[in-house]
Amino acid sequence: MKTLMLGNEAFARGLYEAGCKVVSSYPGTPSTEITEAAAKYDEIYAEWAPNEKVAMEVALGASIGGARSFCGMKHVGLNVAADPLYTAGYTGVTGGMVIAVADDPGMHSSQNEQDSRHHAIASKTMMIEPSDSAECKEFAKAAFDLSEKFDVPVIVRLSTRVSHSQSSVELCERVARENIPYEKKPQKYVMMPGNAIRRHPIVEDRMKAIAEYAETSNLNKVEMNDTKIGVITAGISYQYAKEALGKNASYLKLGIVNPMPVQIIKDFAAKCDKVYVIEELDDIIETHCKKNGIDVIGKELFSLMGEISQTIVAEKILGKKAEYLTFEDNVPIRPPVMCAGCPHRGLFYCLHKLGVMVSGDIGCYTLGATAPLCAMDSTICMGASISGLHGFNKARGAEAEKHSVAVIGDSTFMHSGMTGLVNVAYNATNSTVIILDNSITGMTGHQQNPTTGKNLKGDPAYAVDLEALCHAMGINSVRVVDPYHMTETEAVIKEELEKEEPSVIISRRPCALLKYVKHNPPLKVNSDKCVGCKQCLKIGCPAISIHNGKCVIDHTQCVGCGICKEMCRLGAIAE
Amino acid sequence: METKSIMIVGVGGQGSLLASRIIGNVLLSQGFDVKVSEVHGMSQRGGSVVTYVKYGDEVCSPVVEKGEADIIISFEQLEAARYVSYLKKGGHIVTSTQQIDPMPVITGAAEYPENIIGKLETMGVDVIAVDALSLAEQAGTSKASNVVLMGVVSTKMSFDEEVWQKALEQCVPAKFLELNKKAFALGREVK
Repeated sequence: MKTLMLGNEAFARGLYEAGCKVVSSYPGTPSTEITEAAAKYDEIYAEWAPNEKVAMEVALGASIGGARSFCGMKHVGLNVAADPLYTAGYTGVTGGMVIAVADDPGMHSSQNEQDSRHHAIASKTMMIEPSDSAECKEFAKAAFDLSEKFDVPVIVRLSTRVSHSQSSVELCERVARENIPYEKKPQKYVMMPGNAIRRHPIVEDRMKAIAEYAETSNLNKVEMNDTKIGVITAGISYQYAKEALGKNASYLKLGIVNPMPVQIIKDFAAKCDKVYVIEELDDIIETHCKKNGIDVIGKELFSLMGEISQTIVAEKILGKKAEYLTFEDNVPIRPPVMCAGCPHRGLFYCLHKLGVMVSGDIGCYTLGATAPLCAMDSTICMGASISGLHGFNKARGAEAEKHSVAVIGDSTFMHSGMTGLVNVAYNATNSTVIILDNSITGMTGHQQNPTTGKNLKGDPAYAVDLEALCHAMGINSVRVVDPYHMTETEAVIKEELEKEEPSVIISRRPCALLKYVKHNPPLKVNSDKCVGCKQCLKIGCPAISIHNGKCVIDHTQCVGCGICKEMCRLGAIAE
Repeated sequence: METKSIMIVGVGGQGSLLASRIIGNVLLSQGFDVKVSEVHGMSQRGGSVVTYVKYGDEVCSPVVEKGEADIIISFEQLEAARYVSYLKKGGHIVTSTQQIDPMPVITGAAEYPENIIGKLETMGVDVIAVDALSLAEQAGTSKASNVVLMGVVSTKMSFDEEVWQKALEQCVPAKFLELNKKAFALGREVK
């Protein structure tokens, strides 16, 4: 039976059919749905780990324990997990170990546009790259076989368009697998220098063996059509090339992107008049070709930035220009915003009003940087808000400590904010850290985390007590506020900024989109009282706009949070 | 058959994912090769969102580019204007007349263009403008405007109503099915 599946769902199906037993991941767009879908199969144990490093170590542990295991993450997550990855490259595996990393060319939902293939090269592991949902399933299964065959963790590289496109998939049965019996192998798994130095030559030999295998593997495919144009490509770029050029070109689609074959590329190139390398982001296939003396055209035509598309391929290779209509008026942009009723809004309005330096982090609350709140000064990576604030305050001294805060979500705090907070206490800055506890991992679409009291399957789980945790880390002043009450919230922030000690403010209210959160009736503007002063527009609520000089509240969006009521001095907003 | 392209555009949170899944299932049941491309994450938070549905004998790229869409289904007027450049010559736009001010309009940094539908028609575009929000509220919830528009679009495509009903059953949770069927029926009645 054929079913439409997201690339991520199909990948999870592949895990299931391959007999994968243990899954541990941290959510990150565009990779999240793999683990959510895997959790729906009762035969798979699946969990959200606090971060990607933990997830990968869990997967490696499960592999050492003899099971087929998996961990999934977005591209920047692999940076967090790079430490275990690079040494897992040395140890190899017992049960097959598969890692999915989803790149985000075009940065639909990311802070950078890094190309994860560099990690496969640097960690000397194998990387394969599917180009649609059917391949996601097949490649996930092949990855386990290859992992066990070559004693290597296998990374499957996905991208936004592969992960988040649905196409048809044929389902098969699961092949259950017994754990491989456990044997103590310190030479393989205890990576102290004396052992690791003996593993390195094994790793180099293994990479040669995989490159040899790549010459004949059916994961690499040649399609000969017209030979005037030859295209060497991988992943989603193959689909763009095929749509633009069809039968007017021949294709070498590389399923194995690390290590790459040489001879089949040479043979393919020899048959074509002109050979193009079409790959998103960096020039990795192109460099491999050129290193091996194969004459190809790549980044001199195609950008190192953003996504490729059929239009770009048609334009660059065939010189075809797309024809289209243009709307006459200027169409205002529609950037993402905090939702109506978002608990972060009240907190960010207070920070905006206080004019403090805000060291930000990764999550929905990064939207606090946008107009009209404009209350964020930096956003780097998961956890950097707290450690960054500590550095900022060390550089600028006592006066800065009174005018700066860090903001970080509950899930991000668990991910990698805790170590930064330990550093604040241990190395002593009077930093003020605000934990935005909305009781969920919001931006990636509502995943549980160690503070929520539920696990990935939705079952009750131990919930970290944030107040006790902060106390234990050496923070004496820990306060809790409700961001819907802005006057109180502002007062608490002012008090904590003044204190001659580090402090944590927990801004606590569940995400307004959570199903269990009860909404109040939508608010209305009394147009007799409203003078159109626009004070209520300063909170940047998408439900409030101004029409004919009076404020209007969109009843389809308003959840009655009441923040705008607090803004209106004339009492024009009411139920 | 040559590949056909449909775009579903709107504001994050308006239910474009459900709409694309309904159409995707209709097309799959008719034996087409289908690809549906969604956007998750950041842009879902009230930003401009686009979903692509493509079908034919063999679909390669999952994305729709400028000048390629046979039909654009828009949940909000400004989004219809934003994406009209994606419409193929002779293509159709089905749009809700709903207006949602984007943040630059709310803050006063930009203006919401006037008479969008009139301007699209002047460009020679075939536009069907529907007050999907009122029809959805008539069916029981403002959240069902996506399914109202599916009802309208179903009359523009050559598949039996039964096929659409089946796709609704596959994609909508049982407890909301009746409500959505009502919304779909109201959409089909739009002339």
